[in-house]
Amino acid sequence: MSDLLKPEELYKTDNRPPRTDWMDTPTEIRKGIACYAGNPKSLEYVGFPNARQWSCFDEDWQLPENWQEIIHEGFKERLEKFRSFKVFMDICVRCGACADKCHFFIGTGDPKNMPVLRAELLRSIYRNDFTKAGKILGRLGGARPMTLDVLREWWYYMFQCSECRRCSVFCPYGIDTAEITMMGRELLNLLGLNIDWVATPVANCYRTGNHLGIQPHAFKDMLEFFQEDIEEITGVLVEPQYNKVGADILFITPSGDVFADPGTYTCMGYMMLFHYLKEKYGFDVTWSTYASEGGNFGFFTSHEMMKRLNAKMYAEAKRLKVKWILGGECGHMWRVINQYMDTMNGPADFLEEPVSPITGTKFENAKSTKMVHIAEFTADLIKHGKLELDKSRNANLNVTFHDSCNPARGMGLLDEPRYVIQNVVDKFYEMPANTIREQTFCCGSGSGLNAGEDMELRMAGGLPRANAVKAVHESKGVNTLATICAIDRAALPDLMSYWVPEVEVYGVHEMVANALIMPGEKERDTDLRGEPLAGMEDADE
Amino acid sequence: MNVKYMYSLLAVIVLFLVSYVLAGTGTAFKVLFGIILPYAALLTFIIGFISRIMNWGRSAVPFRITTTCGQQKSLPWIKPNAIDNPFSKGAVVVRMFLEIVLFRSLFRNTRLKMKVGPKIYYQLEIFLWAGALAFHYAFLTVLLRHLRFFTEPVPLPVRLLETVDSFFRLEVLYDVSQFGLPGVYISGLVLLAAVIYLFLRRILIPNVKYISLAADFFPLFLIFGIAFTGILMRYVAKIDVIAAKELTMGLVTFHPTIPEGLASIFYVHVFFVSILLAYFPFSKLMHLGGIFFSPTRNMPADTRATRHINPWNYPVHVHTYEEYEDEFREKMIDAGLPVVKQPVEAPPEETEEKE
Repeated sequence: MSDLLKPEELYKTDNRPPRTDWMDTPTEIRKGIACYAGNPKSLEYVGFPNARQWSCFDEDWQLPENWQEIIHEGFKERLEKFRSFKVFMDICVRCGACADKCHFFIGTGDPKNMPVLRAELLRSIYRNDFTKAGKILGRLGGARPMTLDVLREWWYYMFQCSECRRCSVFCPYGIDTAEITMMGRELLNLLGLNIDWVATPVANCYRTGNHLGIQPHAFKDMLEFFQEDIEEITGVLVEPQYNKVGADILFITPSGDVFADPGTYTCMGYMMLFHYLKEKYGFDVTWSTYASEGGNFGFFTSHEMMKRLNAKMYAEAKRLKVKWILGGECGHMWRVINQYMDTMNGPADFLEEPVSPITGTKFENAKSTKMVHIAEFTADLIKHGKLELDKSRNANLNVTFHDSCNPARGMGLLDEPRYVIQNVVDKFYEMPANTIREQTFCCGSGSGLNAGEDMELRMAGGLPRANAVKAVHESKGVNTLATICAIDRAALPDLMSYWVPEVEVYGVHEMVANALIMPGEKERDTDLRGEPLAGMEDADE
Repeated sequence: MNVKYMYSLLAVIVLFLVSYVLAGTGTAFKVLFGIILPYAALLTFIIGFISRIMNWGRSAVPFRITTTCGQQKSLPWIKPNAIDNPFSKGAVVVRMFLEIVLFRSLFRNTRLKMKVGPKIYYQLEIFLWAGALAFHYAFLTVLLRHLRFFTEPVPLPVRLLETVDSFFRLEVLYDVSQFGLPGVYISGLVLLAAVIYLFLRRILIPNVKYISLAADFFPLFLIFGIAFTGILMRYVAKIDVIAAKELTMGLVTFHPTIPEGLASIFYVHVFFVSILLAYFPFSKLMHLGGIFFSPTRNMPADTRATRHINPWNYPVHVHTYEEYEDEFREKMIDAGLPVVKQPVEAPPEETEEKE
């Protein structure tokens, strides 16, 4: 990371396109932007074609002989299977409204990161291969043949899009670059061209149920470790249940929260909330080691892989005979659950329509998929006065909330987390209106780009988000960036320390647990991170 | 030198010259530009448009991928954004209506400003929205106004539209001095101005210039040509309107004729319109039909409440719990995790084989 540019070097105010036309500007695959190629073992494990050792920096990508035919056939198949793809290939007028809406374009200034040009990379081939006008007019009609250079360009730019859908909010036709990128990545995967930060988590999720490859005993170990921490801080021993047949509710959260700070504190938050509910109201929830990943790296690979990984949720819910499923704080996981799961792996007729056993609230909006977001669940608990909360324990936190892309634009979960936050902290400030809710900016590391080797891309892509945080950091003294996404929790700390030092990243349920008054707890003098609570700075000695 | 727009400009100029010169040479070319090409173009437009729509319709809609632009409907006490996060078909209709009629998404447009600092600002950018709206509505008005040439008697709504459209007058004691212009149609001028605006932003805004294709300039020049020749005919060249109507009425009644005394400029105008019609289905102009098919806008965001069916959903390989437990059973037992099957003590390979 030592060769990462300094913020003032990375920041460019003049994003003028080059003099040469984009079709004539060759793609230079750069270190710091590109991610490493997928490990062939990971691809093989899930039966992906053309697995091999290769590198994007090599001249020879060791493509299969008939790669052009594979791409052409794959393209054709997807045009028939996805109306979105076909319509989006046809109707763009290149008005440019999307151009400066993309965080990667804002940050890198690379014109091919304008959503419209990212799509044109594919459209130019579409016109050439599938439209009469393109065949007749050729380059005048915006068409070009598929070559090795085009393929390299595809690979480079399909992995500089985090499928955040911000452009689709502004597009007058609703053209969604996430769809384009998903198709582009599917096609690349037909040639074995994936990145390792996607391919290996996919294989791990498939085998062990979570993207870090944590085996069942180690998963339990981690939670036991949190149990000890919680007991030390609160004096209360929480006892999570695992793989329990006949539990009321199955809880699934991204495994990132089990393994990496600061997500771990959010995970502790869930454990404390569940313990509280169990003690007070007899709440019966189980964790699963088999379905131990809420996130779905298949979503960044192909529709089929997304379905294969997602299938575990319903399968485990069925095996454990639970009533419904509760899902933790995660971004793309919730787009998959909200817009894909029921269609792919439903109907979930073995589950019941979700009802909160504590408040009796029917979650009507989830009556078919039968999976409820924990922010919906907790907001409902707070509204009904079921949680005893002491806001003063979060008095040191001056909070703003980062809407994660997928819950914002693929779901609309905006006010639930805000309601929860405002009930557990006193000081809450919104970032500027153009950077929150449906106009929120990506952390810059979504859709599998959260690797180490593409740090320049991530810092550039996260710039608009960081800039908005900086605005409230400077004007309101915000020191806490709250999120409901595991990738955010993994990615934003790096981003903050790069652009806005002094801002820490929190999960919403970490703040809930800080405020939650547990039955039988001792007087707390630290928060879950072991930092002294407000007014307790001198508690030791 | 921007080759892309030069090619398109050149194409339109050539088309202009060719039609202008040829239409002046004799009846044969007048028949071509005034009868044969308009019929052929209209046929191409209708068949092309319908087949494009049917082609989109043939593709499956496997998932409900609505782009949600507001609060979802969840808990009863949280106010949902009914239009931007539509939960019902009715709400989708409202959303689509606002999108198609008022270009709602484009209205959100902002422009980015990056200052030293680093500091990034977002300003409201209303011009593209206003320009697009002006362009489309002016075009629509012009189109409807032209129904005068295809109906006899002219229906009242068309005449009313003309009256409204020519509300502003540019005349100085016209009856006496004949100075100024009688009944200037605002729509034609707005159309021309909007086309010029759309062209200028394509060559002046660096990013927009960079993404523009020749195919983006061609329809702009063509529409400029149509509006320009139209205005020329009405206010400057003053063609024989009676004769023009005779020709257009001949087309709609399928008794095509070429009346005497129509200036060549008229045939250029008709030729340009014919090209636009024939070009339409094969170009980006199909966004007219496509917007109705956009899956991020035309579906409700209620997938968790109502199951969406994927017509090609197929079974996939999954890693079952049984396979998982088989791999990790020992470790699970050691960790005190419940297992379904207890491990077999003796290695089973030796005793099995027979059944």
